Amino acid sequence: MFFKLAPTTGQPLYLQLMQQIRHATETGALRDGDQLPGIRTLAEELVVSPNTVAKAFSELEHDGLLELRQGSGAFVCVKRRTRSLADHVQVARRQLRDLIERLRDDGLSNEEIQRAFEAELLYPAEMVRKR
Amino acid sequence: MTNAPVIVTRDLAKSYGDVAAVHGLNLSVGANRITAFLGQNGAGKSTTIKMLFGMIRPSRGDGTVLGKPITVSEENREMRRRVAYVAEDKPLYGYMTVEQTIRFASSFYSDWRADVARRLIIEYKLPPRRKVKKLSKGMRTKLALLLAFARRPELLILDEPSEGLDPVGIEHLLQMLVAQAAEGVAIFFSSHQIAEVERVADHVCILDNGRLLLDASLDQLRQSYRRIDLVFASAPPEREFQITGVEKLQTKGNQLCVFASGNAEAVIERARDLDAVSVEVAPVGLREIFLETVKEN
Repeated sequence: MFFKLAPTTGQPLYLQLMQQIRHATETGALRDGDQLPGIRTLAEELVVSPNTVAKAFSELEHDGLLELRQGSGAFVCVKRRTRSLADHVQVARRQLRDLIERLRDDGLSNEEIQRAFEAELLYPAEMVRKR
Repeated sequence: MTNAPVIVTRDLAKSYGDVAAVHGLNLSVGANRITAFLGQNGAGKSTTIKMLFGMIRPSRGDGTVLGKPITVSEENREMRRRVAYVAEDKPLYGYMTVEQTIRFASSFYSDWRADVARRLIIEYKLPPRRKVKKLSKGMRTKLALLLAFARRPELLILDEPSEGLDPVGIEHLLQMLVAQAAEGVAIFFSSHQIAEVERVADHVCILDNGRLLLDASLDQLRQSYRRIDLVFASAPPEREFQITGVEKLQTKGNQLCVFASGNAEAVIERARDLDAVSVEVAPVGLREIFLETVKEN
């Protein structure tokens, strides 16, 4: 698995790692029962504080997506819930595609659409997370 | 895991004659984390670190390192056995060779790990028989780092550890810091390499003119600092934006740039209420936070 964390995107690194692991399970790059590298190995690979990896792992464990076994690392556990989440993402993608199509028809450029998305996404980040 | 802070200072100050190098510093550095200590040249970072190590006597205030008071010399000696320190000027004996220096250091540290020292000599490509005075600046830094990394301290303090290192050397250093942290070593380091700090540090302290201006977790900074660019149909109502969290306002024509350390949602809401034509929000990197914080001071 390859993960890439960007320090300046305005999002905590542990959240980025969580999202990338979650995304990998949605795309099937990570499957049920797969083992992730240990905290230290992954921290050294990504050159981030071990606390970042530890926090991402423990949050994902809390969400039921990882199972942490003492001494032997983290294992992916994809239950039905996450499967249906993957389906939701599929549906959302289609809706987004339609929306973008309509905005283009209205004469908005890709750049304008992107800006609008970013502005909407960035500001209520805290509220979205609370939902 | 022990969660008591590894470094605590209370009103720690140092003056040289009329010049105050450090003003009443209240610092608390947590265990189990990597803390970066940022500041311009002459901000008081090295003076602070030297006071922690009992190398400079504070003019006022006090502090503890690993629970040991810094101004009591016997306690200080006991503390130094449990702390590895890489000083800014990397003091080494010029007449010794690299291998003599390593043997010398290994003889007085009980936590010495010969296997790590052997591995690092190879990874750092240090010439064992070369005299220290003949080493390049980068090599000297690597040797000083080796002497710290080959130990098993509870706390690692590094003053400008990346000095003289090339990008490969810096990457290796960061990996070593991460590996040490994974073993439970608390790390406190000063650096001018903001991009690197931003990757590995959990927590950042910004010192300027001997004062602590910022003391926060990096994830907290990532989440709360925003630059909001607003465009209005006429001159921006700058005064409406003097609200909590707004650190700086800059107007240029119909444009208003808001630099906020938090509360960005309120700024955006107000901008919408005031019919801003355009609202753009961007995250702010540590470099910008540092420059703005220091400039404001």
